[in-house]
Amino acid sequence: MIITENLTKRFGHFTAVDAISFQVKKGEIFGFLGANGAGKTTAMRMLCGLSLPTSGKASVAGFDVFKQTEDIKRNIGYMSQKFSLYEDLTVIENMRFYGGIYGKSDAFIREKTAYVLKELQLENEAKKLVKSLPLGWKQKLAFSVAIFHEPSIVFLDEPTGGVDPVTRREFWNLIYQAAEQGITIFVTTHYMDEAEYCNRVSIMVDGKIEALDSPTGLKQSFAAKSMDEVFLKLARKATRTAN
Amino acid sequence: MKQFISFVKKEFYHIIRDKRTLFILLVMPIVQIIIFGFALTNEVKNSAIAVLDQSKDAASAELSQEIDESNYFTIQKSLNNASEIEPEFKKGKIKMVVVFPQNFGSDLKHFNKAQIQLIADASDPNVANTMVSYASRIIMDYQNRVNQELKLPYTIKTEYRMLYNPQLKGAYSFVPGVMSMVLMLICTMMTAITIVKEKELGTMEVMLVSPVQPLKIVIAKAVPYLMLSIINICTILLLSVFVLDVPINGSLVLLILESILFILTSLALGLLISSATDSQQTAMFISLTGMFLPTIMLSGFMFPIENMPLPLQIISNAVPAKWFYIIVKSVMIKGVGFASVWKETLILTGMMLFLLFLSIKKFKIRLA
Repeated sequence: MIITENLTKRFGHFTAVDAISFQVKKGEIFGFLGANGAGKTTAMRMLCGLSLPTSGKASVAGFDVFKQTEDIKRNIGYMSQKFSLYEDLTVIENMRFYGGIYGKSDAFIREKTAYVLKELQLENEAKKLVKSLPLGWKQKLAFSVAIFHEPSIVFLDEPTGGVDPVTRREFWNLIYQAAEQGITIFVTTHYMDEAEYCNRVSIMVDGKIEALDSPTGLKQSFAAKSMDEVFLKLARKATRTAN
Repeated sequence: MKQFISFVKKEFYHIIRDKRTLFILLVMPIVQIIIFGFALTNEVKNSAIAVLDQSKDAASAELSQEIDESNYFTIQKSLNNASEIEPEFKKGKIKMVVVFPQNFGSDLKHFNKAQIQLIADASDPNVANTMVSYASRIIMDYQNRVNQELKLPYTIKTEYRMLYNPQLKGAYSFVPGVMSMVLMLICTMMTAITIVKEKELGTMEVMLVSPVQPLKIVIAKAVPYLMLSIINICTILLLSVFVLDVPINGSLVLLILESILFILTSLALGLLISSATDSQQTAMFISLTGMFLPTIMLSGFMFPIENMPLPLQIISNAVPAKWFYIIVKSVMIKGVGFASVWKETLILTGMMLFLLFLSIKKFKIRLA
């Protein structure tokens, strides 16, 4: 689903992403970890077709990140840190809007909207403004909206910020469901316990990938009892901090 | 196309659901017109003046009465001697004193020459100038009438005609000005804010990851404000015609078309500002101080450009509102057709295309 080979991004003299190479399989839940300033966001932007790499190769959903950014955009979903929902639009309006953006037919939008409302048990809130929803529901809705158009990969940029652990767990159930349906999940997160939920995890330090394995494998290699420890052992080496 | 329409729909939802801002956007022009029309005026109407009549004869009485009867002046007080003049001015209510010297009437009759002194409070020089010239005109009229009996060697009779605005109503100059201000505020500032808001909220990112072309996003954002502005223009014109008695002497169609041109220019400016910042507050600040203020100062509607020092005059050529103001004044008040404003229209079109090009280019770069 995602193949990168020495993917690099330089801004002048500064190398934000330094020749990273990895592959993500279809249906995998791939955690993309790293401290602030390590280069996670820059790397993700390249994979989303938002910024052109300086060198290296990469393909997302079979499309080249240099030449086929429009195709990439059509086939991926994205959920930003700030949830990417419009607070002053209703639940239904948000879904209709995003469905329309991805060129889905009216029939599809109608059916899918009904489906999502039922799944998330938001039928009674359908016509309410998103701003009136509690945070956990907004988060789940945001995820559903991100995969509304049934993309093959969805990119989640720190999707669980500011939410309590119970709600985060519920959210991850949704992610599991999506993965089961064959959607590949690429998620960045700060929360190390969430790293445990992923199939495989990569940890970026100063623009390079310093570790890439399943959580169990990483804990073994680093003789650590938790992903927290793994992260600390790696991140301590870092020389860059968030700008 | 469907994509575009769902975008425009969403933008309308945003605007309509923000009731407070919507209220301001629609009511502001009305409030401005009313304030400018009735409260703020640098016209001279029923100004309080005083008369020091040291002659107290038929001629001075007659002239005083004429001055009093005019719409411009109201004689509040009759002074008795010169030492009272300064205290009156200091009190602040009297803006001008008309002094008739002793023997005014008999001088006029026997020597055909008399003097009148006009003392005006020039702490507001514009008002003082206006008052003195109005008063001089009234005196001149009187003199011409009296003169008709006498045979004098040379007389230069000055006849004056105030073209297009015989009543010298201030409204004629500020209605075009208010139009420029309102359009600039709505189109530039609101457009900038709505785009920057999406950046702040994080929804812009999502837009950029989607297959929507950035250009469509921007145009979809501009469309509701375009329509809002047209509604505002209609409101302003209706108010001007029916409440302020300002006529639309030229073609209404031409006026609306030129307004649309100016709207597009302002929208492009808003787009440019939005690509310069990520914060709504900064966008507002740049719009107000960087665009709005120079527009008021340099467009010519509050202060005549011809009176400014040369560097400012040159700078004012870069202010789109200046050209729009000229166009609206010409079309609305003078009633001219396109043939007379084609040059200004061309300049404005050039500005619009330039700004559009620049802002789209900057917008695209900012996204990468």
